[in-house]
Amino acid sequence: MTIIVARRISQAFFLGLFLWFCVVMTMGDAFWQLRGWPVNWLMQLDPLVSLATVLTTGAVHPGLLWGLGTLSLTILLGRFFCGWVCPFGTLHHIVGYWAHGRKTLSQRVHLNRYRPAQRLKYIFLFCFFGSTTSLQTGLLDPIPFMHRAVNLLILPLLGTGGVIASIGSRYYQSALLIGIPFLLAVGLNMLIPRFYCRFVCPLGALFGLFSRLAVWRIGKETKACAECMRCESLCEGACNPSGVFRVSECILCMNCRPSCSYDLVEYQSAPSAAGEIPWPEINRRQFGVALLTGMTLAPLSRLEGALGANWNPKRIRPPGAVSEGAFLERCLKCGQCMRICPTNVIQPSEWGAGIEGLWTPVLNFRIGTSGCQLNCIACGHVCPTGAIVPLALDQKLGRGTYQESGPIRIGQAFVDRGRCLPWAMNRPCIVCQENCPVSPKAIQTDTDFHRLLEIPPLRVLTGNASTLEVGDDLLKRYRLDGGDYFCRMVSAEDTLPRLIVANDDRSLTVAATAPFDRLPSAGDRVEILIRLQRPWVDPAKCIGCGTCEHECPVKGLRAIRITAENESREKEHVLLL
Amino acid sequence: MTNDSDTGRVMGRRQWLQQIGKAGGAICLLWSLGLWLREKDGRKSALPVTSVRFSNYAVPGMAGKLVAVTGGEDRSKAIGLALQALGGIEKFIRPGDQVLLKVNAAFASPPLIGATTHPALVAELIRLCLKAGASGVLVADNPINDPAGCFSLTGIDAATRAAGGSVVLPKTGDFKPLFLQGAKRLDGWPVFYEPFKKVTKLIGVAPLKDHHRSGASMTMKNWYGLLGGRRNILHQDIHRTIQELAHMVTPTFVVLDGTVAMMQNGPTGGSLSDLKQTGTMIVGTDQVAVDAFGAVLLEKDIQTLGFIRQAEAAGLGTADYRSLNPILIST
Repeated sequence: MTIIVARRISQAFFLGLFLWFCVVMTMGDAFWQLRGWPVNWLMQLDPLVSLATVLTTGAVHPGLLWGLGTLSLTILLGRFFCGWVCPFGTLHHIVGYWAHGRKTLSQRVHLNRYRPAQRLKYIFLFCFFGSTTSLQTGLLDPIPFMHRAVNLLILPLLGTGGVIASIGSRYYQSALLIGIPFLLAVGLNMLIPRFYCRFVCPLGALFGLFSRLAVWRIGKETKACAECMRCESLCEGACNPSGVFRVSECILCMNCRPSCSYDLVEYQSAPSAAGEIPWPEINRRQFGVALLTGMTLAPLSRLEGALGANWNPKRIRPPGAVSEGAFLERCLKCGQCMRICPTNVIQPSEWGAGIEGLWTPVLNFRIGTSGCQLNCIACGHVCPTGAIVPLALDQKLGRGTYQESGPIRIGQAFVDRGRCLPWAMNRPCIVCQENCPVSPKAIQTDTDFHRLLEIPPLRVLTGNASTLEVGDDLLKRYRLDGGDYFCRMVSAEDTLPRLIVANDDRSLTVAATAPFDRLPSAGDRVEILIRLQRPWVDPAKCIGCGTCEHECPVKGLRAIRITAENESREKEHVLLL
Repeated sequence: MTNDSDTGRVMGRRQWLQQIGKAGGAICLLWSLGLWLREKDGRKSALPVTSVRFSNYAVPGMAGKLVAVTGGEDRSKAIGLALQALGGIEKFIRPGDQVLLKVNAAFASPPLIGATTHPALVAELIRLCLKAGASGVLVADNPINDPAGCFSLTGIDAATRAAGGSVVLPKTGDFKPLFLQGAKRLDGWPVFYEPFKKVTKLIGVAPLKDHHRSGASMTMKNWYGLLGGRRNILHQDIHRTIQELAHMVTPTFVVLDGTVAMMQNGPTGGSLSDLKQTGTMIVGTDQVAVDAFGAVLLEKDIQTLGFIRQAEAAGLGTADYRSLNPILIST
C-alpha cells in the first residue's frame, strides 16, 4: 500500500464518518439515529473551535480538548488534518481533481504554483483572533461550515426528495444565503484546485502556523533535480516542493513523493536541500491590521445595542441557551441544534440576532411541525460549545430538584386581541388554549356572552319552559344547535343565557336542565347569544414554547405570538415582579 | 545518510534532538494550558458582587421632629424658618459633613410645572449646609428621562453649581445590589450607591405631587430615584415598594415642598391647571409623618395610600402626624 492509497482511505473514512454523523443527527435509538453517536467529534477535533472559544470564554469546553490532540500531531507531523482528515478539504480535493486532473502538466504546474494571496487565510485567522467577545470563526472554519451546509441544505434537499426518508421535509430560513458561500467555496475549485484550503481556510492557517514546529516535513534530498515539475503538477497545497519549500502551505497530500522519478522528495526531519520557508508570508503590519480589524468588528456590531436596550424580542433562543453575551461568545453557527430539533422550529437567524448573530439559532414558530416540544431537550445535548446548555428534563420543566427555580422560559405568549377570533370577531376558537402543553395550562379563558349581530331579538309567539315558537323568519334549521349559541329573554327577571339544544326555522329549544324561570308568553322578545371563550395568558405559567403560536388558525400574522419577554436566561427581560 | 554538507541537509543528532525538544515543549505547553483552562463547574461563574446597604443618616435626639411653614411663596425663606424652628441647620449638619441632597429630577420639565424639586429650594439648602460647615454638597437622582437633560431643564444643575454644590449623574457602574433584610421587593435590587460612598448626611427634597399609580408622590416615593435596573416592573407592587424604600433609607431629614401641589395628572403634570398654591413647606425627621401631612394638602384620604399604612405598620414612622405635635409657623 502506498502512502497515497493510505491517504485516500483516510480521506474517504473521515468524509464518510462526517456524512454518517450528519445522517444520524435525528431523534431516535435505531443505529442510524442519534443514539450515542459522537456526532460532534469532528468539530471537537477542530482546534480552531477550541482556540477560538478559549479566546472568547477563557475556558476549554468539555470535549474540545480533542483539538489539542490534533494540534499536537500537527506539531509533530505538519498539516496532516488538511490532507488526511478534513471532510471539506476532501470535498475540494475531489472537485479539484475532477476539474483539473486531465489538464496538461504545464497547466497543472501553473495552477498549483504558490501565490502570495495564500496569505489571506492568515489574515482571516488573525481577524478572528481579534474578535474576543464574539465568536465568528464558524463562518469560515471548515468543519462548522460543512456541518451547516450539510445539515441545513444538503440533507433537507435529499429529504424533500425522499432520498433519505428519515429526514423528511425540513425548512430553513435564509437557506439560499447559507448556500451561496458553500457553492462558491466548492465552485472556486474550478478556477484553482483547493481554492478554499489555499486562500480562505482559517483552520488551515492555524495549522500552517503550528507546522513551523513540525519535526518531519517534506523536502528535497538534493538541491538540484531534473526540474520535471511532476511534483508541482500534483501538489495540493501549492507549497512549492521543487523549489524553496513552504512548510506552512504543505497539507501532506504526499503526491510529490511517488511522483519524483529520482526519489528525491522525502518526508524527513531535515529541511529541504533546496531551502525552506517555515513561516507564512505575512508581515507584522498585516498581522496588526488583521488583529485590529477583528478587535473592532465586534464592538462596532455592538453599537446597535442588540445586547442591551435595543434587544430584539423576536430573538427567541432555544431552551438552555445562555445569556446573549455569553451565547455570542460560544455559538459556532454549525446548525447541529437546527438539525436535531424534531419540530424544525430552531432556525438559522437572518438579521434578527444582529449581523454578528447571523445563522445563530432562533425559534420561528411559523415553520416546522409544532412549537418547542415540552419534553424535548435535544438541542442542548448536541451543542458542541455549550452555547445551549444540556438540560435535564426536570430542569427544563422545573420539576423535582428544580422545583424551586421553576421551568426554563424561552419567551412569553401574548394574545393579540385585535386579531384573535373570539376577541376581535366574536367567533369561537381557543385552539391556543387547547394546545397549551403546560400543566396547569398557561392559557386560560374567560367566558363572555355576546349578542349575535346577524339575528336581532326575536318575537315570541308561544312557548313553554324549554321551547319557543318565534314569529320572525330569521332562523335556519340547525343553525344554532351546535353548543355555542344561547338565548335569553329580554326581560328584567330572566337574564340567564340558556343553551340552545335544537332549532327549527321557527322554533328554539333550550336544555331541559335549565328551563326558563317564567313561562314565555306571546309578545316577549328573545335574543340569541354566542358564547365566547376568550383566551388570556398567565405569565406565571407560560414558558414561551410557541405551540399556541404554531397552532393559531390566524395563519398570517398569528393572533397569539411569542416574544422573548420573561426569558429565563436574561434577568433584564423579566416581565413580572 | 550521505555526507552532503554543502546543502546543509544532514542533520546532526544534536540538531534533531533540539527540534524534538522544541516540538515536545510546545506540545507540553499546549496541554498544560488546555488542562488549566478546562471548563469546570462554576469556573466561569460571575465574581461575587458585594451588596451594599445605606447607613443610618439620622441625627440622634432629633427623631419625630415635624415643622410646617405656611402662607409663603418664597421657598428660601420658608425652608430657613422651618429649620430655625428645629434649632437651625447646625442641629443636623456638622462641620466636615459630606451632604447628599436627593432631589426629584425625574422629568425633563421646567420648574414651573412642579414635577421636580424647585431649584430655589435646592440652592438654599446647599447654601445652608455649606454655611453650617459641610465640606461638600452632592445633588443626585437617577431620573426617568435623560439624566443630563433633566438636571439641566429642571434648573437644578445651574442652581446647584451657583450655590457651590455638585450634581452627580448616574453612570452604569454606579449601581450595586442592595442588601435589605426582609424586603420582598428591594433585597438585591440595584441601587445608585456610588455617590453615597463618602456621604455622612442625607436630605430628601421632594415636591408634593399626585401620582396616578400610588396615589401620591412625596418624600418616601422620592427614594425611588435611587433605584436602577428594571424598576418599572416595581409598579406591579407599588405600595410595598415605597414602604421598602422608606425602610431602605433613614435620612437626616426630609423636605416636602408644598409651596405648590400637583393635584392631578401626576407625576408629570404638564399644565399649570394641574397645580394648586398650597403654600406649605414641611420639614421633618419622620418621613411617614411628613407624607401623611402632605396627603392632607393633596386632599387624599390617607386610608387609600397603602404605603403610609404599611410603613407605619413596619414601624418606620407615624401616620398620625398630629401626635408628633408639629410646629406650625405662618408667615
